Amino acid sequence: MKYGMEIAVAALIIVFAAVFLYQNAAIQASLSDGEEAWGGADGEAAGIIEASGYEPWIEPFWEPPSGEIESLLFALQAAIGAIVIGYIFGYWQGSRKTA
Amino acid sequence: MHIMEGFLPSPWWEIWFLISLPFIVIGLYQLNRLVQEKREALPLLAVAGAFVFVLSSLKLPSFNGSCSHPTGTGLGAILFGPFIAAVLGLIVLVFQAVFLAHGGITTLGANVFSMGIAGPAVAYLIYRAGTRAGANTYATVFVAAALADLVTYVVTSVQLALAFPGTAGFLGAFSAFAAIFAVTQVPLAIIEGAVIALVFKYIVQLKPEILTRLNLLSESTVDKLREAAA
Repeated sequence: MKYGMEIAVAALIIVFAAVFLYQNAAIQASLSDGEEAWGGADGEAAGIIEASGYEPWIEPFWEPPSGEIESLLFALQAAIGAIVIGYIFGYWQGSRKTA
Repeated sequence: MHIMEGFLPSPWWEIWFLISLPFIVIGLYQLNRLVQEKREALPLLAVAGAFVFVLSSLKLPSFNGSCSHPTGTGLGAILFGPFIAAVLGLIVLVFQAVFLAHGGITTLGANVFSMGIAGPAVAYLIYRAGTRAGANTYATVFVAAALADLVTYVVTSVQLALAFPGTAGFLGAFSAFAAIFAVTQVPLAIIEGAVIALVFKYIVQLKPEILTRLNLLSESTVDKLREAAA
């Protein structure tokens, strides 16, 4: 099948999204006020470590001052990668067609 | 898998720097040779690096109520081996440590080891073993990339458990960290494997000559894969 793999990957992503929506509904219902779900696993691990009384011995010298600015930088990171991938795959596709 | 700045006490952060350093040195040496001898592979190298950039910036929600991100290093490891993948991982981790306070400079050695070395080494070995055994190429890429992702997070759990055994001891601490990292990661690893297998298919379709030049696929396999997609 020509597009068998594309269909399989799309199906996988749809299942992934559906599981997220289903779980989210259950989790949101069980949250008390002010609690927030879907935090980062990195932060949770740091939480366990801090709960044992450990204090980080050095702080990051710069932190994104807000969540918005952090999202901006993450989006920028993805955009840089996506441009490179798109450019090169497009170049290959174009040079095959003209060859 | 990012161990945050300051979250590895001495001597652990120094130890992980020392372990990662030789891989980076060999990687830079191999990169240098690749640039000189196989220039036609450079766009593919850029794609592998860009892939790590994209995938490691996407924090995805898993089924258990927390978010984590794929690594994308499996592709680079399959294409160029684990040493060059370590250099690609290093670039992304420096970007995230400096601009995003995500990970850290002191924990860079440990993070490079989990994301840039341990995961890629697994991907590389699985791909080599799979192709030698004549397994389906895309299935091999899927398994290699998915396990590279998962192993990265298992290694992070080991690193944290070694540094913070607490009262539970190494195994107790490992299962606590693995419960956070590895369990969250299972669905993300599956997605990552599938996406990388798909990208591999496009590389086979568009630029198979680079894959044969890098000794990743034989010409007969390439012909077979291209026929199946025609």
